[in-house]
Amino acid sequence: MSTWDRFVETFFNAKVMVKYLPDILSGMVVTIELAVLIVLSGLLAGLVLALLRALAIRPLNWLIIFVVDLFRSLPPLVIIVLIYFGLPAAGVSPSGFVSTWLSLAFVLMAFSEEIFWAGITSIPKGQWEASRSTGLSFGQTLINVVLPQALRLTIPPLTNRTIAITKGTALGTVVAVTEILGQASSAVSNSYNPSPLMMGAAAYLVLFLPVVVAARWVETKFAWKR
Amino acid sequence: MIETFFNPEIIAAIWPIVLAGLLNTVLLSLIVVPLGLLGGLILALLATVHHPLVRWPLMAWVDFFRAFPPLVLLVLLFAGLPFAGLELGGFACVAIAFFLNTGAYYGEILRAGIESVPAGQVEAGRSTGLSRLQAMTYIVLPQAVRNVLPDLMSNTLEVVKLTSLGSVVAVPELLFQARQAQSLTYNATPIVLAAIIYFLLLWPMVRLLSRLENRALASRR
Amino acid sequence: MSKPIVEAREIHKHFGHLHVLKGVDLEVAERELVFVIGPSGSGKSTLLRCLNRLEEPSSGSVVVDGIDMLDPRTDINHARQRIGMVFQSFNLYPHMTALGNVTLALRKVAGKSRAEADALGLAALQRVGLADRAGHTPGQLSGGQQQRVAIARAIALEPRVMLFDEPTSALDPELVGSVLEVMRDLRQSGMTMIVVSHEMGFARNAADRVMFMDDGLIVEQGPPAAIFENPTQERTRAFIGQIQRH
Repeated sequence: MSTWDRFVETFFNAKVMVKYLPDILSGMVVTIELAVLIVLSGLLAGLVLALLRALAIRPLNWLIIFVVDLFRSLPPLVIIVLIYFGLPAAGVSPSGFVSTWLSLAFVLMAFSEEIFWAGITSIPKGQWEASRSTGLSFGQTLINVVLPQALRLTIPPLTNRTIAITKGTALGTVVAVTEILGQASSAVSNSYNPSPLMMGAAAYLVLFLPVVVAARWVETKFAWKR
Repeated sequence: MIETFFNPEIIAAIWPIVLAGLLNTVLLSLIVVPLGLLGGLILALLATVHHPLVRWPLMAWVDFFRAFPPLVLLVLLFAGLPFAGLELGGFACVAIAFFLNTGAYYGEILRAGIESVPAGQVEAGRSTGLSRLQAMTYIVLPQAVRNVLPDLMSNTLEVVKLTSLGSVVAVPELLFQARQAQSLTYNATPIVLAAIIYFLLLWPMVRLLSRLENRALASRR
Repeated sequence: MSKPIVEAREIHKHFGHLHVLKGVDLEVAERELVFVIGPSGSGKSTLLRCLNRLEEPSSGSVVVDGIDMLDPRTDINHARQRIGMVFQSFNLYPHMTALGNVTLALRKVAGKSRAEADALGLAALQRVGLADRAGHTPGQLSGGQQQRVAIARAIALEPRVMLFDEPTSALDPELVGSVLEVMRDLRQSGMTMIVVSHEMGFARNAADRVMFMDDGLIVEQGPPAAIFENPTQERTRAFIGQIQRH
């Protein structure tokens, strides 16, 4: 057996791969579920916080800024561990799935709030004035005039950040979530063969590479033209 | 509540363990940030070669690591390589993974920075007799770095936070030590303490960044 | 003179330590065109913006078409519909078409259906000669066309008064004429207008009254001929001399 054959036999073992393919696939489903939940709830919460911040209520804004800073400062893995291992001591025991979802959604909320807010504040004052001069209220101006322009401006930084945070679903493996990496790791220790890990790696690429390529396209498409 | 989450006795008992972790986190950051920057600089300089044979593989490389979760990369190195007879240990695996992963991110940022410097700058430098490399080193790079400083800092913040992944491959950094302490004491205090340390360490940088980013986005219009 | 449609009394405005308006009185009759001139920083734009409360006066009173603009009980958004405003930098919404710009307030404030708003919006664009550009976005229009769309946006709401804040200052010289022409048409249709501008030629043959402001006060006012040919105040003379040299 040549070195190459041995390499393939070890890292791309067909028998092992066939055996653990269902596990990896079920891991993919969990990863997708987590990712969708994180993106939807994280972006929505971030947008709501940014809109609340536009109301310019001092104490509320201090609170928003603190929460945002907190979740930008803490490593996501630390938040996950804190929720999963810490909360049970307070009588709440979230599952690993819920811990990972909440943690990453909070992180995405914080980052997206910053980006949405920067977008809103970057819209020139004249846009507000023109709209208010025709009788639109503060809220109507925010929703109809400012937000559409701000969102367009925020799409490139937002996509990049969202991808980076969503990849973090792999961290769920630390708190026993059966997503791709978790499935792959346990398959490796059961089969004593690294092939499942290679499949796991491929699974991540299948899921995320199209998103990254699409993001590249979005970035050029939404470069602001006036 | 304070008993379980912020117990003073436990803090006193585990402080040396956590402190050692903090020192390792700082040390690890001081190693992986320059490593990532080096990787990024190599990529960004390669990107100035506009030949398709360089361009396409480079873009594929960068996209690959943007799509690949760093933890998966780390586990692949740590748990996969031994099957090929290579046992590198947690620390070396972290270093390699960061070189590859954060290098790709730094590379994209530096590339954008270099592209933001007008071509006239290089031409002016070359017209005074500077070589290509000299023009890049003395004229383009300083301006490029200044133009993308907020992005560089933001990525550096992410890299420092990412060192917590070391805990998965038994590198005794802050999170790892805190979890060790937690399993010794059966109490959440060490984790809370670690979180507070991370926050105090990184909050000033987050504050500064949020100011810089607001300005950067405003000037993009 | 008929009952004034705009009545501002003793308007003061402070920006921090800066005292920008120092007790300005302004009365404008229906169908009158008042021209406001003065050096930059004299407070003329601030005065205009106090009239529709884009700027909150520090003290004083503003009544427009019988509505007390400074009364907290006044529905300010409703009142602003009756006061059109045109800005120096157009301030068109870049993410909407010309028609979208014109119909937004018709739909959201005046409560018109989309079809009604579109019909009214097209009519307004027609008045400024841009009905054929209804589907264009601001980025596809010249500066002069953008400003005319901005005028259409204001007149579509059928305002009782129109405020113009240096409407031609941001335009290339060759595009100024088309905007002034639209303003002249408006004038002929009997619109009450308050115009802050440096277009002296336009002031001379279209304005009923010219006001010279300096340092937060109205220094002098009167018919255009009187102000331009025989100003009584030294400050007015100096300013007009400067402008005419250009």
